[in-house]
Amino acid sequence: MKEYKTITEISGPLVFAEVDEPVGYDEIVEIETPDGTTKRGQVLETSEGLVAIQVFEGTDGINRDASVKFIGETLQMPVTEDLLGRVLDGSGRPIDDGPDIVPEERRPIVGEAINPYSREYPEEFIQTGVSGIDGMNTLVRGQKLPIFSSSGLPHNELALQIARQATVPEEEEGDDEEGSEFAVIFGAMGITAEEANEFMEDFERTGALERSVVFMNLADDPAVERTVTPRLALTTAEYLAFDKGYHVLVILTDMTNYCEALREIGAAREEVPGRRGYPGYMYTNLATIYERAGRIKGEDGSITQIPILTMPSNDITHPIPDLTGYITEGQIIVDPDLNSKGVEPPINVLPSLSRLMDDGIGEGLTRGDHGDVSDQLYAAYAEGEDLRDLVNIVGREALSERDNKFLDFAERFEREFVEQGFDANRDIEETLEVGWDLLSMLPKQELNRIGEEYIEEYYQDEEAEAVTADD
Amino acid sequence: MSQATESDVTEDGVIESVSGPVVKAVDLDARMNDVVYVGHEGLMGEVIEIEGNLTTIQVYEETSGVSPGQPVESTGAPLSVDLGPGMLDTIYDGVQRPLDVLEDKMGSAFLDRGVDSPGIDLERTWEFTPEVEEGDEVGRGDVLGTVPETESIEHKVMVPPDALDEDETATISAIESGNFNVTETVAELDNGEEVTMRQEWPVRKQRPTKSKYTPRTPLVSGQRILDGLFPIAKGGTAAIPGPFGSGKTVTQQSLAKFSDADIVVYIGCGERGNEMTEVIDDFPELPDPQTGNPLMARTCLIANTSNMPVAARESCIYTGITIAEYYRDMGYDVALMADSTSRWAEAMREISSRLEEMPGEEGYPAYLAARLAQFYERAGYYENTNGTEGSITAIGAVSPPGGDFSEPVTQNTLRIVKTFWALDADLAERRHFPAINWNESYSLYRDQLDDWFLENVADDWPELRQWAIDVLDEEDELQEIVQLVGKDALPEDQQLTLEVARYLREAYLQQNGLDEVDRYSPPEKTYRILQGIKSFNDEAFEALDAGVPVEEIQSIEAAPRLNRIGTTPDDEADEFVSEIEENLTEQLRELY
Ligand SMILES: Nc1ncnc2c1ncn2[C@@H]1O[C@H](COP(=O)(O)OP(=O)(O)OP(=O)(O)O)[C@@H](O)[C@H]1O
Ligand SMILES: [Mg+2]
Repeated sequence: MKEYKTITEISGPLVFAEVDEPVGYDEIVEIETPDGTTKRGQVLETSEGLVAIQVFEGTDGINRDASVKFIGETLQMPVTEDLLGRVLDGSGRPIDDGPDIVPEERRPIVGEAINPYSREYPEEFIQTGVSGIDGMNTLVRGQKLPIFSSSGLPHNELALQIARQATVPEEEEGDDEEGSEFAVIFGAMGITAEEANEFMEDFERTGALERSVVFMNLADDPAVERTVTPRLALTTAEYLAFDKGYHVLVILTDMTNYCEALREIGAAREEVPGRRGYPGYMYTNLATIYERAGRIKGEDGSITQIPILTMPSNDITHPIPDLTGYITEGQIIVDPDLNSKGVEPPINVLPSLSRLMDDGIGEGLTRGDHGDVSDQLYAAYAEGEDLRDLVNIVGREALSERDNKFLDFAERFEREFVEQGFDANRDIEETLEVGWDLLSMLPKQELNRIGEEYIEEYYQDEEAEAVTADD
Repeated sequence: MSQATESDVTEDGVIESVSGPVVKAVDLDARMNDVVYVGHEGLMGEVIEIEGNLTTIQVYEETSGVSPGQPVESTGAPLSVDLGPGMLDTIYDGVQRPLDVLEDKMGSAFLDRGVDSPGIDLERTWEFTPEVEEGDEVGRGDVLGTVPETESIEHKVMVPPDALDEDETATISAIESGNFNVTETVAELDNGEEVTMRQEWPVRKQRPTKSKYTPRTPLVSGQRILDGLFPIAKGGTAAIPGPFGSGKTVTQQSLAKFSDADIVVYIGCGERGNEMTEVIDDFPELPDPQTGNPLMARTCLIANTSNMPVAARESCIYTGITIAEYYRDMGYDVALMADSTSRWAEAMREISSRLEEMPGEEGYPAYLAARLAQFYERAGYYENTNGTEGSITAIGAVSPPGGDFSEPVTQNTLRIVKTFWALDADLAERRHFPAINWNESYSLYRDQLDDWFLENVADDWPELRQWAIDVLDEEDELQEIVQLVGKDALPEDQQLTLEVARYLREAYLQQNGLDEVDRYSPPEKTYRILQGIKSFNDEAFEALDAGVPVEEIQSIEAAPRLNRIGTTPDDEADEFVSEIEENLTEQLRELY
């Protein structure tokens, strides 16, 4: 391991050093500042005689006299089942006064891509107990389904509710005691200490910590470190899922901070920026995170990802949500308007989407009518939503009886279907029941997206409706 | 991908620098586009720039840990694909390595590095039946014999295009039927050429043809809005731009499943792993609507997902189109889907920026437009060198940032393609699927395909279509007024037009890609649904003229059943429509 004191340039998060032996691309570097602190970095570019290093912990304190040591390997994550219950910093070092971690193995954090041929298509319904998700945007095991939110909205509460309530109903009932266990990996990037506490308290309160591994990079931690935190988390997740057979739920928050860190590095390298200053390779870079979700043929475990991101100016076309949406298998939208109406959780189902829903629901999985009900609820809510603009102009009286029904429907949909509170855990039957309650407000022939046999079975005619109206 | 033999390997060069997928080497004796092996692990790469003694290489595998000083070897051959029986029912990565073989060789579900494999199985034997005899004269591309490649496809073994010059011929000196593997000689020509069932072809070079024709046959897609309003020709080009989640992949997959092509080449270029898995799972189970055989028997998949190396993403489009050309040469109609060409363009951009080339618009290289044009130009309806006719229909998804069509990839694509299926976030959000915007989309093939529809479906196909377009146009205009004053403020006839337009949207344009029946609508059914709606239109307007209030017309029970025709099995649809027509006529006439 060769040591140099050859730093020639320091620029933002980057350090350039001269070398007289070849250094591998992506390798880990240790930099010791004159005052004795050690910082870690990674080789971004290597050529004969010169390397560019990206320093995780920030370059402050580094000067020309700092020593640079090349470790000769790429960044590794020490993995072991003992990580469960532990809290680590954004670089993977324990910060919880627990015992030393004795790794079973060390794995490169740049995960290899899963061979598409080896994947198993995700289609096991995960019941989150949240109607806006289960009913309308169903999550399945092995899916990557982000939450698109904005600052100040209760996306963390929603993520926690999902982490707390998520079950796979069949297994719950089934007697396979040896079925895989459930684990949560939480990767925080640049969140505030307050938010971090919120998560930690909930984990401790519910005992979830025991089956969790927490990676914490807080707002005042180095920004560049954020580029490795999710990879450490996912390397751990892959180990637990595909070596130890756990069903792992990975929550990454806030991906916006991750992307900001990418932008910072790009700018420091004087790269030609892409849209709104973010690097042109951000799509590929994000894909190397999000695509590390899924199932593998012949393996028991799975990785389900719920990344959270806050959309700058609540703009879904901003590169961060935009590129994310192009990679993930749908998105759950947390909406400021619903939030100010007091709807908890404020999920706007219209722009939300779960692309893996169709294969995870239906007869034998959830219920035969699930797909049709969800389609019809969408259509009716969308129609009601549309009319709201109009009603502001012309008033309710100017609308037909039919239109008024749809307006009422939209209102009740938000109040009864989406709204449930962060503590309520509705099973899929309950969710569908609420759905039918609402659909029964509409005349039968309006339910053109529902199979006639289901209307027969579940539609509540007038008398029945009166009974359920006040529940 | 096609493999070079050991002896081709030239003297080593030495790596000088590594930056992501771009490696520079000195002292390497290689030509532009030659395939090279990089570093101790022998990672596959391609020469993309030569400047003095410095050679720039794009590496098709992850480069972590590769360092200056490591060796680079050239194979002396450009990036090529192996062509021969066994490509159908196979899934490749972007440089034609079969993914099942890789799984086997790597012994893992994760893609390791430095593992190579030929594109077709060199050992497997195939039953070769000659179609020519000793003494016959053949030219390039001529079919020498056939091999049953899959239950659907007869593979034609042809004289390789590079075995003879354009008008040169040769005489068969030996040919034999029997079981051969792809490296064994099946025929000998008198010029000494030994023909095997395996050809190699450099991916960046178009395979020769005789001439290109104006396409006049539709690629029947089974999608009502496409066949009905914006048809594409066999040999045509189409772009499907749309924001995320608007239905590009579902549309491409529907076309791959149901269109009446002989061969489908499906390229997952920089998209999701699970989407490819879905195809791998579904296609062997789904019947090809033409032959009833499993769809996979006519399909070749190329999967270079978003997290796989970006350089191989750049090349996967070429791998795909070259394979398509090879089947076209056999006289087949090939449909090629590329999902998504934007990811391909981004791969070019990424490589270009690592090369520090002068960036063009939005950082894309200045040659973006040229590369897109070259790609779509390889599509077309051709007369092949062997006299057969074959076609490649190229359909590219475009993923514009923020769903904004004014960006360079969409704009440059629109300049080339003749069919434009614009996906619309609003429609998708409303779950109006396929979310193809009928006001924005167009097909420049419409007129040249009319004859086919007239002859094969109905003699008023163009008129009925025009009627539907007119109603939809009128709806568009009326909607603007409705936004301001509400529907009830419109005169009754306009309200009725809106009602008819609603049925056009719900019963005709919408089609549930996930419903087992509705996902494929044969042209006859497509036509019949439209007829049904037109019947409602005619009867309803007559009732209106007779003084029936529009509210009463709207509330007849028969009309909403129009929305159920799509999910009615094809062989019952005609009767079902007739029944609706009778009922609605009766119910409407009762009102006056
Ligand atoms: N024809 C259709 N019928 C029914 N549902 C559809 C149809 N088209 C799209 N959808 C729905 O929309 C979702 C998204 O479609 P799709 O995956 O094709 O989007 P996309 O445009 O390819 O997005 P991306 O750019 O992110 O890949 C699907 O998962 C499905 O739920
Ligand atoms: Mg897609």
